[in-house]
Amino acid sequence: MLEIKNLHARIAEDGTEILRGVDLTVKAGEVAAIMGPNGSGKSTLSYVLAGREDYEVTEGDILFNGESILEMDPAERAAAGLFLAFQYPMEIPGVATMEFLKVAMNAQRKARGQEELKIPELMKRVRGAAEALDMDISMLKRPLNVGFSGGEKKRAEILQMKLLEPALCVLDETDSGLDIDALKIVADGVNALRSPDRTIVVITHYQRLLDYIVPDSVHVLYRGRVVRSGEKELAQELEKNGYAGLVGEAA
Amino acid sequence: MNIQTQIRRTAAEDALLQAFVERAEYLPGDTEVAEKRSAAVELLKRGLPNRKVEAWHYTDLRRLLSFVPAFDLTAHAAPREPLLAGSAVLPVLNGVAGEAQVPEGISVASVASKLTDGSLASLLGPADADDTVSAINSAFAADGFAVDIPAGTALERPIELQNVQAGGQVHTRFAVRAGEDAKATIVERQTGEGDALVSSVSHLDVGDGAEILYLIIQEQPEGASHLGQINVKIGKDAKLTLFVMNAGGKLVRQELRLVAEGEGSEFRLRGVNLLSGETHCDVTMVLDHVGPATVSTETIRNVVTDKAEGAFQGQIRVARQAQKTDAKMACNTLLLSDEGGFSSKPELEIFADDVACGHGATVTEIEADHLFYLMARGIDEKTARGLLVKAFVAEVIEELENEPVIEALEAKLDAWFAKHG
Repeated sequence: MLEIKNLHARIAEDGTEILRGVDLTVKAGEVAAIMGPNGSGKSTLSYVLAGREDYEVTEGDILFNGESILEMDPAERAAAGLFLAFQYPMEIPGVATMEFLKVAMNAQRKARGQEELKIPELMKRVRGAAEALDMDISMLKRPLNVGFSGGEKKRAEILQMKLLEPALCVLDETDSGLDIDALKIVADGVNALRSPDRTIVVITHYQRLLDYIVPDSVHVLYRGRVVRSGEKELAQELEKNGYAGLVGEAA
Repeated sequence: MNIQTQIRRTAAEDALLQAFVERAEYLPGDTEVAEKRSAAVELLKRGLPNRKVEAWHYTDLRRLLSFVPAFDLTAHAAPREPLLAGSAVLPVLNGVAGEAQVPEGISVASVASKLTDGSLASLLGPADADDTVSAINSAFAADGFAVDIPAGTALERPIELQNVQAGGQVHTRFAVRAGEDAKATIVERQTGEGDALVSSVSHLDVGDGAEILYLIIQEQPEGASHLGQINVKIGKDAKLTLFVMNAGGKLVRQELRLVAEGEGSEFRLRGVNLLSGETHCDVTMVLDHVGPATVSTETIRNVVTDKAEGAFQGQIRVARQAQKTDAKMACNTLLLSDEGGFSSKPELEIFADDVACGHGATVTEIEADHLFYLMARGIDEKTARGLLVKAFVAEVIEELENEPVIEALEAKLDAWFAKHG
């Protein structure tokens, strides 16, 4: 379970406050959608959850399964079960994708006190997950994300998510840059991960993705705060009326 | 001679000259060789170069070469396991040619025998007044290997030339001639155990149409001074890839002097400098494009930690007749410490009018975005940094497109990072 309490965060470099008291609780087994106009703080929220150093938390707390994660670095958060699917996955020349997967999977297993996976078992898992996402296995020999199309990068993120089996998934604008076929494949990948002990947070600007990943709750982020929460119908209302009405209410 | 015009010599300069007085009568060579040695010593008497000498601007040898040890002729050095499995090893042990494994079809002779009969005399002597590396080596070089790969020979086994020092002074020569259309992989290993002064000068003649991969791996211990030089001629339509790795030594100067002589040759230089501790490492290249339509690319990647200092001087000269020359040079540095530094000095001298030449240099730190991405997948900071640093240099190694070589070099990287990462 994820509990965000009165979270305030600012850009470390210039002190600009982006999150101004976010309150949000997402239970285990729940899929929550966070929507909001550009500049409302959606991506910042995802980075602060993952522990990016460019942001400073000035007030409030983030609890995961009852424990504060604020003092953990990104690697410790990941080992604790948090996964962020990036809006813009980094291209990292010189690091082969397969090698990266091996190091990441075994680092997390080691941190959790599990035995490291041997190469054949690892290959089997990667191959299985890649096939389910309709990914070309030869891509995994290339450097991480280098030369991948936008859609390939998003699929690679979901592939990592499947392999790392996180307890808390945060998907930042996973639908951006995807055509409808790719969107369906990615959504199927996410839906396959739905389970009673997993918490999923889907951040999106458009309702489109939520046709395929149907959320249990929808929350609207505006100017760094959650200004409205509701059920999945709220997303459709936003699609129809835009954010303007809500913005008026909140202001 | 007017004694007052002489500059005051450093202790190291005195020790070098004194060593020659003591060693001269034991050095191999005919009359011509002896004359060349004396001429080289005359140059040394003028003193070691300081930073006012342009070619030595980043390496003030007079200041940095603070200690010249005496020869230690009783020290024992043993051959090393070759970099590439199955290589024919030609070891020079503490300055003396040891038992060589000679692949079938090629001829190998000791440099001592070739100096004694005078047949290598023409290789001795500094190329110019700034050629201190060759001057020191020409004065003292006593042994090494001369390798002749006949025309049309494709060597399956790599050849590994080893120069293993055991302290004191070691001055070695290697001369490799690859005939027309020959194909070979040659490794030159510079390593050892003592706080030695090493000079090692090599000659590589790449015949017309030959394809050669030549790797120089320098891993001296942290107390050693290493003065290396390779002199290369590249024939018509020949292909040469020269890979240079520096991963050790206290004071290192590695000179690459190349002439792309024949028309249509291709030359690649790939360099990796892994600098740690208080190493000073200088790679200086002079490449002459003489033949028309010659292509060259030079990529140097440096990782600098601790208080290490490095420099790359890359000079490309394109002669008037060398039209259609295509040369690209890049020097990229990953700086992991505020106390270290790396200087890069590209220089293009172009006398032909139809050429494409470019160069670029960068100094960067590890990208915070990349580090965050890897850590967000559960990879701890130290491991993530290691992956990124290795990736930075591995990119250059992977361009060699030779699996056993890539694997062996990446194992070297891993060993270095395990110790210094």
